[in-house]
Amino acid sequence: MNTFHQIVWLGRRSLLFTLRQPVQIVPSIFFPLMFLVVIAAGGDRASTIPGFPAESYFAFALGGAFVQGTMLSGVNSGSKLAYDIETGFLDRLVLTPVGSGSILIGHMIGSLAVSLIQLFTFLAAGLIGGVHIAAGVPGILVMFALALAVSIAFSALGVIVGVRTGSSEAVQSAFPLFFILLIFSSYMLPRNLMEADWFRWFATANPASYLIEGIRSLVITGWDLGALAAGFGTAAGVAALTLTGAAVSLRRKAVWS
Amino acid sequence: MSIETHGLVRDFKEVRAVDGIDLMVEPGEIYGFLGPNGAGKSTTVLMLTTLLPPTKGEARVGGFDVTIYGARVRKLIGVALQDVALDVNMTGREHMLLQGALHGLSKHDASSRGSELLSRVGLSEAADRRVGGYSGGMKRRLDLALALVHHPSILFLDEPTTGLDVQSRQALWGEVRALARAEGATVFLTTQYLEEADALCDRVGIIHRGKIVAEGTPASLKAEVGRPSVVATPVDDADRPEIERVLKRYGEVYDDEPAIGVRLAPEKELTDVVRALDRKKLKVADLALHQPSLDDVFLAKTGLHLEGAGEEKPEEA
Amino acid sequence: MKAYLDSVRAVTRRNLVNAIRNPALTVQPALGPIVFLVAFGGGLSAFGDIPGFDFPSGYTSFQFVFILMQAGVFNGVFLGITLARDLESGFARRLMLAIEHRTAMVVGYVLAGAVRSLLMFAILFGVGLAAGMQIDGSAWHMLALFTFPLLLSIVGSLFASGIALRFQTVQAAPLMFMPSFMLLFLSPLLVPFDLLSGWIKAVARFNPVTYFLEAGRGFISGRPHDTLLAYALGAGMVAVFSVWAVRSLKRAEAAG
Repeated sequence: MNTFHQIVWLGRRSLLFTLRQPVQIVPSIFFPLMFLVVIAAGGDRASTIPGFPAESYFAFALGGAFVQGTMLSGVNSGSKLAYDIETGFLDRLVLTPVGSGSILIGHMIGSLAVSLIQLFTFLAAGLIGGVHIAAGVPGILVMFALALAVSIAFSALGVIVGVRTGSSEAVQSAFPLFFILLIFSSYMLPRNLMEADWFRWFATANPASYLIEGIRSLVITGWDLGALAAGFGTAAGVAALTLTGAAVSLRRKAVWS
Repeated sequence: MSIETHGLVRDFKEVRAVDGIDLMVEPGEIYGFLGPNGAGKSTTVLMLTTLLPPTKGEARVGGFDVTIYGARVRKLIGVALQDVALDVNMTGREHMLLQGALHGLSKHDASSRGSELLSRVGLSEAADRRVGGYSGGMKRRLDLALALVHHPSILFLDEPTTGLDVQSRQALWGEVRALARAEGATVFLTTQYLEEADALCDRVGIIHRGKIVAEGTPASLKAEVGRPSVVATPVDDADRPEIERVLKRYGEVYDDEPAIGVRLAPEKELTDVVRALDRKKLKVADLALHQPSLDDVFLAKTGLHLEGAGEEKPEEA
Repeated sequence: MKAYLDSVRAVTRRNLVNAIRNPALTVQPALGPIVFLVAFGGGLSAFGDIPGFDFPSGYTSFQFVFILMQAGVFNGVFLGITLARDLESGFARRLMLAIEHRTAMVVGYVLAGAVRSLLMFAILFGVGLAAGMQIDGSAWHMLALFTFPLLLSIVGSLFASGIALRFQTVQAAPLMFMPSFMLLFLSPLLVPFDLLSGWIKAVARFNPVTYFLEAGRGFISGRPHDTLLAYALGAGMVAVFSVWAVRSLKRAEAAG
C-alpha cells in the first residue's frame, strides 16, 4: 500500500474518531465562539479609541477567534495520539507497514475537520453580527487557508507533547499555555495601541500576533500583502519546526528497527 | 526455525526482566510461555515483535534478525498483545478493513478476509456495532481476528484469555487451535494459566524471573516431576507425626500445610495409603489424589507455586 | 452544636492540609487570574481611553477588581472538583459515614475554599501592587472590596459542591466551569456598565457579578456606591446555593 492510501485510511479513522464523539467537538466550538461573542459585545466601545483600526470590535476580534479555535483544535491531535499510546493502539499501527509520517498526517485530519467546522461557525457568527469582510469571498478563502495552516502547525506541536508524555491528560493540561500565548498577543488590541512597552514588545515577539493580524487584515483592511506575508510566513515557519519535531518524535517512539 | 533466540536479555533501569532466554520454536508449533506475573513473558513478546529492543543477545523471527530487519519481521507476524488496543468508536468490521488496508490488501480483499475472520471468531452479528459495546470476550476474539487478517505465518498472543470467564476462555482456546491449524501458523503464546498451557500447547517453556526453568511437552514435563501425589489433611494435629510415618512407606513425603503429601513410589496406589491409614485408625479430614500438574513442575523447579509467584512489573526504561 | 462544629473543623482542616501538601492545588487556580491581571491590566490599558470611561484610578485597578472576582469563583469551583474527586475515590463516603450531620461536610469544603481564596486574594494584591495598581480607597474600603470575591468563592463552592454531589465524578468539571465562565464574562469585564450597549448590557443588568464589580470598583477608587444592593444580592446567592447544595447532598445520600 502506498503512502497516499495509508493516509486516506488513517485519516478516515481519525475523522470517525472525531465525529463520533460530539462531546469532544462541541466544547472546542462553543468556548471560542462564546469568548468571541462576549468579548466583541463587551468591548464594542473599543472601536471609539482614537486610532482604532476597525469600525466594529466584532470585526477586529474575529481574526483572534479563528486562530484561537484552530490552535486549540490542532493541539487536540496530540491528545488523540496520546490516547492511542495509552491504549496500545499505536503499537497496533506500528506493527503494520504504515510509516510514522502517515500516522502523523492521519491524526491531523480529524483536527482539521474540527477546525473547518469551527471556521464556518465563527464566520457565520461574524456575518450575523454584522461584520463585513473587506477582502470579500476570495478573502474568506485565504482566511480559511491561513487558519488551517495554524491548525496543522499546532497539531504537530500537540503531537510532540502527546508522544513525549504519552498522556492525553498532559496534553489537555497544556491548553492554558496556548491560551496565554493568545492573551499576550494582539488578540484584543492592535499593537500600536498597547500602552505598556513590555506588553507591546512581547506581542511583537509572539508569533500568534502575526497569525491573528494576517487573518484580521482580510476582515478589516482588505488585501494587506505585508500582513498576509507575515501571517503565512509565521505559519509556515512554525509548521516547519513542529512538523519536523513531530515526525522525529513519532518515528523514535514508534519504530526502533 | 520460526522463532529462535540466543541469550536474549532485556534490562529496565536496575531490573533485568529477561535474563538470557534461549528459544527454538519450530514452524507450525504452538509454543506456550508459562509463568507468573512479572516473569518476563510480555517483555519477551515485545522484543520478538520488534516493539522493544533487546539489551543483549540475538533473536530471529521467520529467519530475520529483529534488530536489523524489523520491517520484514512485522510483515510475517500477527500480534495480539495483552492490552486489546481497539478503537472504541469503530465497529468490528471497520477495524478489519483498516487493518487489512494498512497491510496492503485491496478494499475487496480486506472486506472478504474481514468477513471470513469475523465469522470464524463468531462476531458476524456484532460486526457493525461499535467496539465500545463489546464484552471482554468479544474484544479478545476481534483482537485475534485482527492479528490474522494478513495471513501471518507466525502469531504472537500475549495472555489472550486474561480477564475472561472460564467459558469464554475455553471458547477462545478452540478458536486459537482451529485458526492455527487452518492457517498453518506458528503460535507463540504467553499465559499464566496452567490449563491453557496444557490444553493448547505442543510445547511449553516455563519462565521464572526472566529465565526458562523448564521446557518440553506438557506430558514430558509432568512426567519429569513424577508420579501422582496423595495429600492427607489430619483431623487432629497430634496425629500428624504418625500420619507422616505411615505415608513415608509409600513414597517421598512433603509438607503441604495444613496437609501432608506423599509422591507415590512406583507401583504404589491410593488404595494402599487408604488401607494403611485405616489399619492405624488415623482419621483424616480430607484425602486427595493429585496428578502432577505444570504447577508441580514449577514448584519442583523454583520452590514456589505458580499462583503467588508473581512480582511487580518492572518499569520501562 | 459542638459535634457539628467539630465536624466542620475537621473537614476544613483536612482540605487545608491537603492544599499545603499539594502546592499545585493552590498554585494552579492562581495562575489564571495572575495571567489575566498582567495581560488585561498591562496590555489593555488603552480601553481607559474610550470616551466616557470614567475611572480615575487607572485601568489596572479597574481590571484588578474583575480578577479578584474571577479568582473567587474559580477557587470555589476548584473545591467542588476536590469534592468530586473525593466522591469518586470513595473518601467522601468515608466522611459521610463518620459525620452525624452531613451538611457539616459541605460546610467544611466551602470554608476551606474560603480560606484558600483569602490567601489567593493576598497573592493577587501583591501582584497588583507590583504591576503599579493605583489604590484610592481607604484600608476599610479595601477590606470591604475583598468581601465580594469571598462571597463569590462561597457561592462557587456551594454550586460546584452540588454538581459534585449529583454526578460524583471529576468528569462533571465542565458543568462547574461553564456557568462560572458565563457569569464572569457576561458582565462589565472590559468597560464600566454604563459603556456597555445592546444585548450584553441587558444580560449584565441581571447578572449579580455586575453589581459586585461596580461596588468593588467603587471601593478601590474611594467612591463606594450601591454597596448595600451588592451585599443583598450576595446574601441571596449564598442562601439559594446553600439550598441547592443541601438538596444535592440529600440526593447523594439517597443514591447511596
